[in-house]
This record gives sequence, C-alpha cells and structure tokens, in this order.
Amino acid sequence: MATILIDGRACPARTDENLLQACLEAGADLPYFCWHPELGSVGACRQCAVKQFSGPDDKTGRIVMACMTPVTDGTILSIDDAQAREFRAGVVEWLMTNHPHDCPVCPEGGECHLQDMTVMTGHDRRRYRFTKRTHRNQDLGPFINHEMNRCIGCYRCVRFYRDYAGGEDLAAFGAHNDLYFGRYEDGALENAFSGNLVEICPTGVFTDKPFSRIYSRKWDMRGAPSVCAHCAVGCNTIVNARQGTVRRVINRYHDAVNRYFLCDRGRYGHGFTSAPTRPRAPMMRQDGIPVPVSIATALERFAAMAADGPIVGIGSTRASLESNFALRALTGAARFSTGLTQPDHDLAMLVPALLRATQARNPSLHDMESADAVLVLGEDVCVTAPRLGLALRQTLRRAAYPAADTARVPHWMDAAVRMLGTDAPSPLLVLTPAPTDLDPVAATTHRAAPDTLARLGFAIAHRIDASAPDAPDLSETEIQLADRLASALRAARRPLIVAGLQYANAALLHAAANIATALHAAGTDPALSLVMPDCNSMGMALLGGLPLDDVRAMARAGRIGTLVVMENDLTRRLDATALHDLLSAVPHLVVIDHIATPLTHVAELALPAASFAESGGTLVSTEGRAQRFLPAVLPDMPVQESWRWAQHLTHTMTDSPHWTDLDQIIAAMAQDITALSRVGSAAPGADYRLDGRRVRSEPARISGRTAVRANISVRDRPLPQSPDTPLSPSMEGAYTPDMPGALVPFYQVPGWNSVQSLNRFQQEIGGPMRGGDAGIRLLDDAPQALPDWHYDIPAPFSFGPDDFLLLPEHRLFGTEELSALSPPIAARAAPAALRLGTLPAGLADGTLASITLAGEPVTLPVRHDPALPPGIALCPPHLAARAFNAPIRVRLRRVDAP
Amino acid sequence: MFGILRTLWLTFLHAGHRRVTVGYPEHKPPLPPRYRGRIILSRDPDGMERCVACNLCAVACPVDCISLQKAEQDGRWYPDYFRINFSRCIFCGMCEEACPTYAIQLTPDFEMSEYLRPNLVYEKEDLLISGTGKYPDYSFFRVAGVKIPGKDKGEAEREAAPIDLHTLLP
Repeated sequence: MATILIDGRACPARTDENLLQACLEAGADLPYFCWHPELGSVGACRQCAVKQFSGPDDKTGRIVMACMTPVTDGTILSIDDAQAREFRAGVVEWLMTNHPHDCPVCPEGGECHLQDMTVMTGHDRRRYRFTKRTHRNQDLGPFINHEMNRCIGCYRCVRFYRDYAGGEDLAAFGAHNDLYFGRYEDGALENAFSGNLVEICPTGVFTDKPFSRIYSRKWDMRGAPSVCAHCAVGCNTIVNARQGTVRRVINRYHDAVNRYFLCDRGRYGHGFTSAPTRPRAPMMRQDGIPVPVSIATALERFAAMAADGPIVGIGSTRASLESNFALRALTGAARFSTGLTQPDHDLAMLVPALLRATQARNPSLHDMESADAVLVLGEDVCVTAPRLGLALRQTLRRAAYPAADTARVPHWMDAAVRMLGTDAPSPLLVLTPAPTDLDPVAATTHRAAPDTLARLGFAIAHRIDASAPDAPDLSETEIQLADRLASALRAARRPLIVAGLQYANAALLHAAANIATALHAAGTDPALSLVMPDCNSMGMALLGGLPLDDVRAMARAGRIGTLVVMENDLTRRLDATALHDLLSAVPHLVVIDHIATPLTHVAELALPAASFAESGGTLVSTEGRAQRFLPAVLPDMPVQESWRWAQHLTHTMTDSPHWTDLDQIIAAMAQDITALSRVGSAAPGADYRLDGRRVRSEPARISGRTAVRANISVRDRPLPQSPDTPLSPSMEGAYTPDMPGALVPFYQVPGWNSVQSLNRFQQEIGGPMRGGDAGIRLLDDAPQALPDWHYDIPAPFSFGPDDFLLLPEHRLFGTEELSALSPPIAARAAPAALRLGTLPAGLADGTLASITLAGEPVTLPVRHDPALPPGIALCPPHLAARAFNAPIRVRLRRVDAP
Repeated sequence: MFGILRTLWLTFLHAGHRRVTVGYPEHKPPLPPRYRGRIILSRDPDGMERCVACNLCAVACPVDCISLQKAEQDGRWYPDYFRINFSRCIFCGMCEEACPTYAIQLTPDFEMSEYLRPNLVYEKEDLLISGTGKYPDYSFFRVAGVKIPGKDKGEAEREAAPIDLHTLLP
C-alpha cells in the first residue's frame, strides 16, 4: 500500500494501479474517456491530465496522463492545478467541436459519460464556429443503433469488441477527423457481446435499439437487481421498468461473476415478459373451451380436481427455488418431479455430486479468467454459457503477465501487455464435436464424437496420473494428442477443466472429473467447471425430485388425479406420443406459467404466473451460487408469483404451510433442505433497512408521477407494495454507494450519471462491491471424501454410411426457450438445418433430407460442414421438432424438393 | 357618535375614488406575452411537431405533472402521448425553460377552470397548436445532426458533407 498526495490530501493507493484509478478510488472527480477498468489504459483521449510534482519542493510540476502513470509511494499530484484544468478544458473542447447538437434526441442523454465529463470539465460554451464533420450511419442489426456523428474517437468500442471479446467485424476506419467505427458494410454485429458497446461507448454512438422503441430516460425508470434467466451462469442484471413494463436489462456488476459485461442473449432476451400472447388471467376449460375466470372460480375448480385423487407436481429448471419448493409443498416430496427426463435428471444430479467430491476448485467466472491452461471437454460454452466463453477468452492473456512483470510493464498498460502476449498465449484446448467461437484463439482444437472425446479425456487423466484408468484401444493420433494435452495441462499452475451437459454425456463429466483429480494429485491447483443447461438447473439438482419418467409411470398406473405443471413446457421434453400418453392418463391438468406454451392451451386450468421481472426468487447458478432476483414490476392481480399460486392451490385443501412473503418460504426451504440451508443469505431479506429506510427503487428525480396515470384516474393511488422486497416502490428511501451488492437498483452518484459511476460503488476499482457481493456459494460447505476414479469409459464411437449420431446444435439465439420469444433475439435466430460432416451418397449441400425426430419425420435442408467429424449430424434443438432428446441415432433419407 | 360619522365620511370619500376592480370577464386584463398561463405545444416553421420527447420538461417539473412517451419515425423523435395534469400544474414555467426545442410554451391564457378534475388532464391533442408560438423561426432538426426525412446527413446548419470513407486522400 502506498500513500499519494492528491491536492494536498493523503490518500491510500495500490502500487499496481495507475493514478487515474487511485484518484477515482479516493473519491476525486477526474474526467476520463478511453480508460475502462476492464480494458486498461491506452492514453488515447488525453482527458485525465493531472499535474505531477517531483517532490515537496517542486512548485512547477509537469502535466501527465493519470491513466498512464503508475502509482509510486509519495506521488504528489494535483487535479485542481490551474494548468491541468486548462489542459482538460481544452481537450474536451476539441472533442466537442464535431459533436452534433442532438442530446435531446439521443438515447444516451441523461446517462451519458460525455455529458458528465463535459460538465465536470466546465465546458459549457461552444467557441467553434466552423462546420462539423458528419458521418453516415450503418444498420448494425436488431440490437444496436449507430449514430457516428456523436463519436469522440476514444477507441473503447473496438478495444472491447476486438481485443476483449474477439469480434472481427467492427473496426476503426479512416484517420484524424474522418475516424469511423463500424463494419465494413451494413449488417448485424456478429459477436455475442455486441450489446456491451451500449455501456462501453462513453457517448451515444452505439445505443440499445430494442430499448429505443420503448424508450425512457434513466431517471424515469425503476430498477431492480435481477439475475439473468437465459443460461446457468447467473449473470447479475438490473431490470429497468416504467409504467408496468420492462424497458431494458443492463449489467449489474458482480466482482466474481459477470463483472462488467453481459452477453446479447441476456441483454435482449427479456422481450418474453411483454409478449402479447402472455397469459394474463386464469383460463378454465368449460365445455372444452378455455374461458377467463376469477381466481376464486379457478381455485374452486382446483378443489374439485383435488378431490379426484393424488396431486403430482412437475417443477422446472427455469423457475425459482421458491416456486419449486412451494409446488413441492403442495404435492409432497414423493410426488414432486424435477421436470427432467431420466437422462437429463441423472446428469443434473451428477453435477453437484462431482463438484463436491472432486479435489479441485469449483471456480467463479472471475477465478476462471486467471487460469493458465484451459481444457474444454465436449461443451460449446460460447452458446450454452456465453459469458463463461468470454471468461475463457481472457485466460489467453495470462501468459503475458509474467512477461510483463519481467519487462516491468504494469498490467493495466493494455496495448503493451497485449503486444507482449501475442507471442505465447496461454493454452486453450478445445475438444468439441462441433466448431466453437473459441477455435480461432485455441492452441489445440479437436473434433470428435462425445464418446470419443470422453475417452480422450480419460486418456489425458491417465497420462497425468498413472493410477487413473486409461481408455483402451486408442488410435495413434489420439494417443499423441492425449500426451500433448496432458503435458500442456501439467505444465500449468492453475489449469481449468470445463465440461457440461450440452451433449447429455455422463462420460464427459466423469472424464473431466478424472482429469481434475489427476491434476490435483500432480500438485497443480486445478479448477473444474461443469456447465448446466438452465438458469436454475443447479437449484433443482439440490432441491431434488422425481424424474419425468417416474411421473409417466405413475400416470400409467392411474396414480395421478391432478397434474400440476409449473413453468415447464413439457412439449420440449417429451415427444408427442409420450406426452399424449401422459396427459390422457391424467384426469386433470393444471399449468402455471408466464408464457403461452402448447401446454397452457390444453390445460384444464391455466394460471398466469409472474415472470422474473415481476417476482422475487432465488436461482442457483452453475457454480452453485444462489442469487436473488427482485421484482422490478409489481404486476396487477391475477398475475402473481408461481409460488403464490402453488400456495393458493395448497390452501384449497389445507391451511398450512402459510407463507405470506418470500422470506418465510426461504426460511422454510432452508430448514427443510440441507443443501439449501444457507440460501437465505443470498441477499438481505425484505426487512432490510439502510439508514432506517428501505432502499429506493427509483431515482430521486423520477418524473410524471402525478400525470402518468391521470388519464385513468386523476386521483393519486397508493403505491403498490410488495412484502417480498426490501426495495421501496418509489423514489423515497435510502440510496448510498455502500448498499449491499444484491440490492443495487441502479448506478448513480452526483456528477456521475452514466454506468461509469460504478467506480464509486466498489471497494477498489474492479474489486468487490462496497456493500458486499451478491449471492452465496452453496457447494463450498459440504466437500465429500476423495472419490475413486471414474471407470465407466465408453466404447469407441462407431457409425454406418447412412446412419448418424444426431447431436443438439445449441445456438446463442433461438434455441433457449425464453429468449427465443424476444423479438430482437428471434430476428437473429437462423432457420434450422442439418449440419453434416460427411455427406452420404445422393445428398448435396442445400438438398433436403428427412430424419425421424421425436417420433415424427422432419425434413431439413442439409448443410455440409467439413469441420464436423464423420458420423455426426447437428440439428438445433426445439426448432425442427419441438421435443428433442439428443443424442440419438438417425438415418438420413433424401427428400426431393416438391 | 363620532365613530359613526367617521365611517360614513370614509365610505363616501371612497365612492369618489378611481375604481380598481376590473369588470372581468367583460373587460379582459392586459397580460404580457410572457405571462405564464395555459401550456401549449407548438410546431416548427415547417408545421411539424416541435416536441422531440426528450423528457426534460417532465423532469424539470417540480410537481411532476407532465408525462410523455417517446416514439420515433425515421429518426424524428416525437411524443406518443403527452399529458399534462393541470390540476397539479403550478404554472412555474420550468418546463418552458428546460425545453431545448421551444416546443412547450406558456401562454397568456389562464381561463381553464373546470368543475371536474379529470377535465384538467390535457392530452397531446389538447395541447398541440398549429403555429410556432413565441418563437417563429427556430427548428431543432435544422441544427441537430441527425438524419430525418428531407434532411440528410451534412445538411444541417454548419455541417460538412458526410465523410467518404473510401477516399485515400488525407
């Protein structure tokens, strides 16, 4: 720890940071543009000039760029120095010469870093009287609006897009005043993280296009801390809402998880909450026709159903823990299903067991970024857990840091460190059946069937630790590859193994666990990350229940009177025949859901649930981190949380349990389920008070309160209250940078209206939140004994000339259930096709082929992809046929176009 | 006795004074053009809505009686709805000061009493006039650097033609 003098004030600072960071951490207002905590310094904008003095006797000093000057103990600097102020005023005046006169029609207005910095610098009058340069904009697809006139040339966008996220299709063109950031031609930005440009850009060049259609100023929107529901990573988000509708989702900083960035699926996937097809009233079948009824009528009907026989509940991996637990309370643990088919169920249960038992760290996302070798074993993380893929991309830079230390280059000196790292990136080893977005930067890629990859994994483990079982009958190339990968992993100090459930192959998980165990035994500090499919798959695995197959057996045996399905579209899990058999064996079907599914249309009773934006709850991410989401919108009845519906249904039969708020059900859950005993500490409860008050959910200057509903009633209405959240429903309440990270509804401090104000909420730049990080890790507390090696090594993969192993081709856009209902995501979803590595005789690229999927013949265009291994076919799940239980063997049949 | 006489004297004395009371509504009081009365939304010289739905009036309003929603047509922002609850309005004129486009203006008209409060809720149809109001010449989109129908990039005031990115000239 060093001490520096900022305008005569002694401030603590770290020697591994630069003066700009130190000034910001000390609470000083120093304007900047090109520096970003995650992107480091390049010294491009010259805005953070300060005066540095060489000693107490130095009265002259010299102007330095704070972001390019390392902290040394005893540094004396002045932000207030007249010369430094004049320098900064000059810089901002140059930057503003070409800035268009359009803040009123700019979606960045009110949360614009350029506005903040201009005000901070005191530039309030234009002296420049000549013409401004202008640029033509590009159409950058359904996510991003482009307005190049506003550009100040800080280079943050390309530094993020190209250097950090690995995108290729955004670049800087031209020079000096002509500088242009865009694509080489119009078209959607291809990178999965393009949405972050909205937050990265300090001004309004890149703005959120879907948000622009339902635009509201930042000061006008209520915020609520939330957790992304579109994959299992558990990125923290802020949901912004106004007038009862979700307007946008932005990033919420979590030190250990998503930090500064979200993927596009998470950012733009919220459209399902305002889908016109959403159920808004209980629908009851009367004479075969669904009619909207009151809650009381619906519950009466349910009471009548309940008299008909036992109730069985099917939970969901996309519903909160609380909702699943309430359903379990309705049916009893013996009649509660996880809603997963047997293979998926077994795999989901295997993951927490492996993570607990294996002698390897279960890493957080940020922890993964510090791995110095990564093995991805049979999982395309770039589509199943996109933010995790971005974290893996950052591991490539690890090798540069020792080189930088040797050259005495600080790590935040971005361009220099990247230059040092280009020679020898850390090894990223990608073994997957299909090409992934990480391939271009991977040291080794290998394409093979999941079984073959698992065998390779076992072989690698054996080569690291000879006591691990070896895979028999390996080919010569496989042996060489296994030798090479094993030595690469052994050479690392903190290797990371990533596998997942994408291909529903338990052998891959076992092989990954074997490698991690072997690496641990070899004396390294390995980490094992297993990627689950859904946002609450891990929670469901910890909660437990019956697989769907048991429910089907119960139905066949006539032991189900009423089936209650909660937030689970069974048509995606069971093929048409199996579902028909199940539903025809069940007298009554009740569906609780917040989206319209084929199931809600056939249900005897369909109850409208609240989505993640309208309810509170807990999700457990793939690393076992329980995280709370809180309601941003308080929906009008009869839309209510699934757990409240489950409880209403329970109360038609019995009075207990009687939970009136979220905290009570969490307490009951913690008591009932050992694995979830600490889930209550994921976030402060509804009784939390900051300085004696609730945390306010709306910015202080929210507008239009007495007019927004005046067309309905001119009388003031008491604000809707929720017993589930510690956030107040209005702008009344406490708000300080010291609030708990789990409760931050928006980022704003005086003078800093953009997301850059986040710096004030952190203990140190890029460090934990001042009020403590959100969530709690559940898997750390119960380590199990050292396991035996896993021995179930699969047989080598074999295939015939016409028969293929069909694998799911998960996509970033279109295959995830909820985000696929969001219009901007749907606009990016490509049509289904069958990708084949080798084309059987008679088939060519583009011809139609027929396969049997979920019991139905499905015709798809064939795409030849030479990168795929022979005998493998890829098809996006749930697009061609709704139910999809891959992997399956399929036989191709040529279909002639009609 | 003296008191009664004094009162009578004063009363008759006042009868001879010049009257202060104006015979409203028969006689209208003279109001200056910048009087802060009923709020209107004006149009620009081309007859288009001046309001660009920037929300600055709403946030400037100390009683929060203005609410609107932004909509967009070919780069031109406009309010989808624009609502002023005049039963709350205090006619402070902050909205007019905040308006960057001279769209919202206060007029010398205060005769807007109603028997029912809901009738004091004015929507955009009630607020929008067909003229330019107090500022006949200003048009925001002529100076703003966004492209709208009829005004391409580089055609606003003090703008150079758009950069040709394909040229190799310095």
